[in-house]
Amino acid sequence: MDVLRVDDRLTDEERLVRDTVRGFVAERIAPHLAGWFEDGTFPARELAPELGELGLLGMHLRGHGCAGTSAVAYGVACRELEAADSGLRSFVSVQGSLAMAAIHKYGSEEQKREWLPRMAAGEAIGCFGLTEPDRGSDPGDMRTHARRDGTDWVLNGAKMWITNGSVADVAVVWARTDDGIRGFLVPAGTPGFTASDIHRKLSLRASVTSELVLDDVRLPADAMLPDVKGLKGPLGCLSEARYGILWGAVGAGRSCYEAAVDYARTREQFGKPIGAFQLTQEKLAWMEVALGQAGLTALHIGRLKDEGTVTPQQVSFGKLANVRAAIDVARQARTILGANGITLEYPVIRHMNNLESVLTYEGTQEVHLLTLGKAITGLDAFR
Amino acid sequence: MNIVVLVKQVPDTESPRKLKSDDSTLDRAAADGVINELDEYAIEEALKIKEAHGGEVTVLTMGPAKATDSIRKALAMGADKAVHLVDDGLAGSDALQTSYAIQQALGRTGFDIVILGSESTDARTGVLAAMLSERLGVPQITLANKVEIDGSAIKAQRVTDYGYDRVEATLPAVVSVVEKINEPRYPSFKGIMAAKKKPVETLGLGDAGIDAAQVGLANAATEVVDFADAPARAQGQIVTDEGDGGAKIAEFLASKKFV
Ligand SMILES: Cc1cc2nc3c(=O)[nH]c(=O)nc-3n(C[C@H](O)[C@H](O)[C@H](O)COP(=O)(O)OP(=O)(O)OC[C@H]3O[C@@H](n4cnc5c(N)ncnc54)[C@H](O)[C@@H]3O)c2cc1C
Ligand SMILES: Cc1cc2nc3c(=O)[nH]c(=O)nc-3n(C[C@H](O)[C@H](O)[C@H](O)COP(=O)(O)OP(=O)(O)OC[C@H]3O[C@@H](n4cnc5c(N)ncnc54)[C@H](O)[C@@H]3O)c2cc1C
Repeated sequence: MDVLRVDDRLTDEERLVRDTVRGFVAERIAPHLAGWFEDGTFPARELAPELGELGLLGMHLRGHGCAGTSAVAYGVACRELEAADSGLRSFVSVQGSLAMAAIHKYGSEEQKREWLPRMAAGEAIGCFGLTEPDRGSDPGDMRTHARRDGTDWVLNGAKMWITNGSVADVAVVWARTDDGIRGFLVPAGTPGFTASDIHRKLSLRASVTSELVLDDVRLPADAMLPDVKGLKGPLGCLSEARYGILWGAVGAGRSCYEAAVDYARTREQFGKPIGAFQLTQEKLAWMEVALGQAGLTALHIGRLKDEGTVTPQQVSFGKLANVRAAIDVARQARTILGANGITLEYPVIRHMNNLESVLTYEGTQEVHLLTLGKAITGLDAFR
Repeated sequence: MNIVVLVKQVPDTESPRKLKSDDSTLDRAAADGVINELDEYAIEEALKIKEAHGGEVTVLTMGPAKATDSIRKALAMGADKAVHLVDDGLAGSDALQTSYAIQQALGRTGFDIVILGSESTDARTGVLAAMLSERLGVPQITLANKVEIDGSAIKAQRVTDYGYDRVEATLPAVVSVVEKINEPRYPSFKGIMAAKKKPVETLGLGDAGIDAAQVGLANAATEVVDFADAPARAQGQIVTDEGDGGAKIAEFLASKKFV
């Protein structure tokens, strides 16, 4: 069911992107996801070239081997990826909206030429290191620093919770300098730079999450991203990635909803399908409403982004509202599936657990509430 | 090499399909239109031939305005240009008339090879390849699961009930393909972006030199006189294995003359 038929408002091109990603995911990825989740693995190296061939990596960027689609097309792709798994969407978000976008926005021509075409093709993987073991919501107070030594830079510090960290060919690392926060491109294998995976996660298991350690990492002068200084550098990238998340959440929610509808129609108790009980119908109706609203929100913000007028508050609104909606839908769907709802035979608990990460990364729910609160009251409650 | 691939838009087999009660033609507005599945294999084969031998791939579609969706997808997969035959006068055409209209359109595009699916999922007559080659006076190679071009020769392997036929013909020719021939590619996003700029020529009856008296429902040689829903599938028979499951399966197959 899809009462509002929001997708009827998509252009031909956006629909074609949707159908392509949906078909690709159903054929090549969906069958493996529960297994990857259970094993706690994500075959990033093998998948990247396939995702690159489709054009998913950095798809909304222009030039340097990127497809240059609309923001809505990018959003729709994120939605279809996350309908499969938030880990898959995270891989694509980090590659395209964080690592590639940082180079695309702030890099030199040489840096763009060196990295973007290979990253778009999935031959090179990127990660984005902002969060630290001791600094999450307050990255402006980061500890990692870079000091000048002649013309070189020497980096020291640690980054935590870094998606794609150990599989990346290049890490975009943000560090404080005497001159404010700057971004650096750190190629894998640079002496002093190590990445080790974080294990025992119960969320986003089909995704590589790592800790990066920088121990006297020496980089040439041209490793720095020249075109941005200050916290607005990383925040500018995060705004791109959050935009993808507010679409992605709709996909995760939809997948749970579809599983619940299917189950409610076929599972019988007390002599009839559980979907025939009013309590079940109420749950399904609320899920339909929540997802319809989330879908509208995503499309509206997407159109604003394509017009070039979207504001950070609008993106915060979308991330806050849609991730919350998806979590509510996932939990309701879980109840409809009864005991089956806690197994990996169905996608619901996988999405439900994944969404806990989605709630936290790219700005926690609280951070987005404070962003809106500040916009509403004009009063800053962050500190 | 001038390669023309015939692409029909059909109702998605996953959505409910129905015939209209007033004129017994397919209700094309009621369901989402998609590329006839076998035609995706035809497109893929056309692109492969082009990649190996050079040339140009033209998509030719006869169908209502909304068939542009399917044309766009074929272009996004990599075809170079498209011809869209669209005219109210064509509505309700039967296979005989469709083959005539497509023949006329092919007169404008020219061709070295015409590639098409061996059957559509909506009408399923599976006769278009034969009718077209007859009208065009060129060899037909049907049900191909392997195609090779060697100069002006085309060699193909045909799927038959008993195995394979290996056949050869000289170009120009009409080739219909089955799904075992290849694995259709997904349109890449660069392809989707590029498709917007590729030329799509829209032809009406007059443009294509089609005689209006020879096409359309009123002039069709065949007529759908009646139709009915397929009977609901009967409940299957469940046999519980009590150690004799194998024997019971064999018995069942024998009773149906499968073994
Ligand atoms: C699976 C996963 C992948 C990730 N990938 C990346 C990545 O690729 N790159 C990257 O840089 N980071 C990544 N992160 C890190 C993520 O962005 C951070 O976890 C997030 O920013 C929150 O930081 P924290 O975990 O340190 O929590 P903290 O900032 O310590 O927050 C703890 C709690 O306190 C609340 N809080 C903090 N400040 C305030 C305040 N002022 N008012 C009210 N409440 C407050 C928070 O909302 C939260 O509820 C990832 C995280 C996860 C889980
Ligand atoms: C339910 C139904 C029943 C029908 N029954 C009959 C019937 O019994 N007799 C009859 O003469 N007509 C019939 N028709 C009409 C039929 O739709 C047209 O004749 C049709 O355009 C050609 O037949 P086909 O699709 O079966 O071709 P097929 O020979 O099955 O199709 C083979 C290939 O031809 C190409 N092709 C077919 N149509 C087009 C097109 N419009 N544009 C581009 N390429 C195309 C495609 O590559 C396709 O894969 C029926 C239609 C319907 C909906």
